Amino acid sequence: MKRFSMSNTVVFLQKNRAEYYLTAILVPVLVLVCLCSLTMGRYAISLSDIFSVFYTKIFAVDLAIPANVETVLFKVRIPRIIAAVLVGASLSVSGASYQGLFRNPMVSPDILGASAGAGFGAALGILLSFGTVGIQLYSFLFGLGAVALAVVISSAITRGNNVTLVLVLTGMVVSTLFSSFVSLIKYVADPYSKLPAITFWLMGSLSTASMKDVKMMLFPFLLGVVPLMLLRWKLNVLSFGEEEAKTMGVETAKLRMAVIICSTLLTAGSVSVCGIIGWIGLVIPHFARMLAGPNYKILLPVSLLFGSIFLIIVDTVARSAFPLEIPLGILTSLVGAPFFIYLLFKGKRGWL
Amino acid sequence: MRLEVCDAVCGYGTKKVVENISFTVQSGEILCLLGPNGVGKTTLFKSILGLIKMLGGVIKVDGENVHAWPKKKLAQTFGYVPQAHTPPFPFTVRDVVIMGRTAYLGKFASPSKVDEEIAEQALDTLGISHLADRVYTEISGGERQLVLIARALTQQPQILIMDEPTSNLDFGNQARVLGQINELAKKGLAVIMTSHFPNHVFLCSTKVALMQKNNKFSVGSVEEVVTEENLKSAYGIDVKITTAADDCHTLRSCIPIIN
Repeated sequence: MKRFSMSNTVVFLQKNRAEYYLTAILVPVLVLVCLCSLTMGRYAISLSDIFSVFYTKIFAVDLAIPANVETVLFKVRIPRIIAAVLVGASLSVSGASYQGLFRNPMVSPDILGASAGAGFGAALGILLSFGTVGIQLYSFLFGLGAVALAVVISSAITRGNNVTLVLVLTGMVVSTLFSSFVSLIKYVADPYSKLPAITFWLMGSLSTASMKDVKMMLFPFLLGVVPLMLLRWKLNVLSFGEEEAKTMGVETAKLRMAVIICSTLLTAGSVSVCGIIGWIGLVIPHFARMLAGPNYKILLPVSLLFGSIFLIIVDTVARSAFPLEIPLGILTSLVGAPFFIYLLFKGKRGWL
Repeated sequence: MRLEVCDAVCGYGTKKVVENISFTVQSGEILCLLGPNGVGKTTLFKSILGLIKMLGGVIKVDGENVHAWPKKKLAQTFGYVPQAHTPPFPFTVRDVVIMGRTAYLGKFASPSKVDEEIAEQALDTLGISHLADRVYTEISGGERQLVLIARALTQQPQILIMDEPTSNLDFGNQARVLGQINELAKKGLAVIMTSHFPNHVFLCSTKVALMQKNNKFSVGSVEEVVTEENLKSAYGIDVKITTAADDCHTLRSCIPIIN
């Protein structure tokens, strides 16, 4: 008997290691994808040029790189790729966390109204002719506000039981409310200048991402992602339901609040910079769960990395595959929806 | 260790469901809670576990009011075994069992090697080490129930609270689970369980509590409480208690009489 359990421990460690390898493999994959993405686009840059540019920057020597290359890299591609990394990571981490919190694999990061609120904030900012920073700030704040509204209404309704169910329902109501507000703004907006701007913004794009945007996003990103990473193991327990988690010693109300606040920061932060990009928060956690299993200890970092990789690839396609740049939200849905169906066919391990 | 439930009044909001419940359970004892559907057994359990606020009375462990304790200490004392269920994600059995260690982990910690070993031991104790790498959502109901007991053991509690541990199990698995419960009590755990089968009382209880409608509550030894009159009054049917003997035991059983 003793020997049996010993060998079990060994198997466990090996298995654990295999899953950690997945994270270890994905990091270099992410770097590789970033590098490839740097070379691609309407202005092709070779890998050796990229390395030369980095070399000149780091060692302060002059290798006579054309000025265009440097401008394209540092003003356009690098900020855009960093933004893709942050947005992809944000949406998939918050989606994965919400799926555990709401104990439902069909949940996406906009369930409590963060996207709808942020969309309304941006539309309002555009209507009021704000500058980029103003639009982003409005979008971010309305994203937070929408979720706060959903949480406040649900806590007024809930009497102890079914907290998450009431939250989902109030989230749906708040989402619908803000979507109607967006429609209202579109209806009254100037159809020649503002309406197209709003519509295009809502479709999501990283085409205007600058280093300033990246810096603005970084703060909510870190504020959201770090606590979630630290708390991630407890999400396992929470996915067994409120009461069971409590009997195992989890302070469910506090943990739930922490998850909601962090996920909302992530979602509102990315929507405010690059508009509404759907499907990533739903599809990537599924895909990660298929490869890494449901244990959040591994699932969350794997989701983060996959989210980043996926969005860089999609964004690279969006900006280089066609003569006209395609809005990102359209592409992620076009890729995400069939991919999700494929996952549903493939995965039979009791998600539904 | 001694658990005391003193004059418990339990319910939701202002609505009282059960009143005047008092009993004690000690290490090594198994208290089986019998009673018809809807009489408030689960409500009482939830109150003991601190999931719903008590409307009156107090729950003490060794003289201390448990609801004044932090959540973690509560979870280190009470292990709860819910009815077998299906979570939304395909965790492995090992992942599920290790979750019992939550009450011992720091805010941001995840289980260590020591925790893994405790989980291994719990699986070993229940004889289900071979299930460790199976997917929890894919094993049978009886196996799931054993896994949930293993999870509660990983919590290293002093008191085990089991909500109908034999429901949805086949005849053989019922007997196996009851056997395991007996073994756990022998190791010094106090067990409180509910059952819909008065027969189970004869198989594994040292104490019985019978909850009836209109707040009739009686607690005592098996012989005192499980009588034909009491069962008739609680369940509203005629019951015959019979005995059978094999070489070394006298076995008793309740048989409902259907006209």
